[in-house]
Amino acid sequence: MTDTPCNGAVIASDEFCRVLNLLCPMHVLLDATGHVVQVGPTLQKLRPDAPMQGRRVLELFDLQRPRRVSSMADLHAIAGQKLHLEMRDAPHTRLKGVLAPLPSGGGAVINLSFGISVLDAVRDYALTSADFAATDLTMEMLYLVEAKSAAMEASRQLNQRLQGAKIAAEEQAFTDTLTGLKNRRALDYILDRLCHDHVPFTLMHLDLDYFKAVNDTHGHAAGDHVLQQAARAMLGQIRKNDIVARVGGDEFILLLLDLDDRAVLDGIAERVIGRIEEPVPFNGKSCRISASIGIAFWSPEACLSPAELIEQADMALYAAKDAGRAQHRFYDSGAGAQTAAE
Amino acid sequence: MHGLINRSIQSFVCQTYGDDLWRRIMRHADLGYDEFESMLSYEDAITYQVLDLLGADLSRDRDDLLEDLGTYLVSHPELEGLRRLLRFAGTSYSEFLHSLDDLPDRTRLAVADLHLPRMELREHTPGQFSLTCYPGIPGFGHVIMGVLRAMADDYGALVMLQHEGQKDGVEVLSIALVDMRFAEGRQFDLGAGLAS
Repeated sequence: MTDTPCNGAVIASDEFCRVLNLLCPMHVLLDATGHVVQVGPTLQKLRPDAPMQGRRVLELFDLQRPRRVSSMADLHAIAGQKLHLEMRDAPHTRLKGVLAPLPSGGGAVINLSFGISVLDAVRDYALTSADFAATDLTMEMLYLVEAKSAAMEASRQLNQRLQGAKIAAEEQAFTDTLTGLKNRRALDYILDRLCHDHVPFTLMHLDLDYFKAVNDTHGHAAGDHVLQQAARAMLGQIRKNDIVARVGGDEFILLLLDLDDRAVLDGIAERVIGRIEEPVPFNGKSCRISASIGIAFWSPEACLSPAELIEQADMALYAAKDAGRAQHRFYDSGAGAQTAAE
Repeated sequence: MHGLINRSIQSFVCQTYGDDLWRRIMRHADLGYDEFESMLSYEDAITYQVLDLLGADLSRDRDDLLEDLGTYLVSHPELEGLRRLLRFAGTSYSEFLHSLDDLPDRTRLAVADLHLPRMELREHTPGQFSLTCYPGIPGFGHVIMGVLRAMADDYGALVMLQHEGQKDGVEVLSIALVDMRFAEGRQFDLGAGLAS
């Protein structure tokens, strides 16, 4: 057994070199002049066609932190510190390292690792588990990276499906979530059913007046509260089988079944408007709104489509608005104009 | 039961026997849904109800189905990720066998609420092992049988496996490793699973 390992310079024994290869497959053994005497098998695998042995270590690696290291004496001075290095030729793999001086002869060992760049390194250099020391946690880390990616992907897919299901459920819902009234979708369905079943009914199109001012002055929370109170006001004035739907931000449609008596409808419309005009307290403030209503009739004989009926109610509603709001108007089929209720 | 397990069964049935059979089974089960979500949790009884309906429909033993499930988990291309995770355990089949003790812990690192039964490998004579699967998931030993069989192919090892039955929920498998390097085996490229 001789003490002339690697390339002749007596720096370390054969046994020591074998120990280094086993425990630190990414080490660089340096002589007193900073030349590479031995390099760990995994580190050499990064440059299979360019033997590192015999070259100056600072030619192979750019020491990025700490800076201003150009000699072996400088290197000895930073022994024990964490080193940040980068390979000088491409691919410029980043490495972490630490230098330990040899007990005699002026040489040193630098042990290197990939740090967080290990993921790229494994791919770039086709590394296998045999390239890492048996105690190295890299394999566990790679395992975790893959396992977590798979779990995240499963979670992502679940979220996507839930999102799709939520949208589908909303699309299929018949209820306005804020007021608990029927929504536009439900109304369309009911209108079709009523027309199909030849049930005569009266349609009231109600639009809140001054609602925007409440929203702007007191905020959306106040606006939402006012909408809920308005919904309650409407529900309080209709019969059990009648229907109230919220069809827009501050627009509602009431369907009154088997009812076409104008005097009764006058009463209902006036009471609904009256109730809606009652001040709504909210957070110590008082919110005041009103409502305009346009009314149109549907009978099996008239042969109106739901869209035509709503259009007639709209015309009556505009007439009520034009007349100064806070009132109701009937659509007059004879003249195509609107007649005042009062 | 963890949704991942139920979802695996669903995936196994759909890929092996077709979507129609799966829908039929789920209709019979009358659960109100016909797909399992891998990240949700389900009553254990549901899993065994589905397995029993499946066994009845295919006229097959539940144990056999579970072993097929295990094989499917490792060998189907759609579940390449799982095979890779298992291959991380060791570079040879024997190392893989010895890593089974760690499998429940490894699994929990990946999915914190997925609890697999504890396993214990004993080497009686060189190449002659027994694997004890402790209680937790009835029939788990049969799934592991399928996994071990498929992983042997993966490593290119020749093994003989036998389920020695269960007692008080403890299942024992005997494993005879005849030849570690019987065939070529499949490649395990360490970097292949990492996004580029």
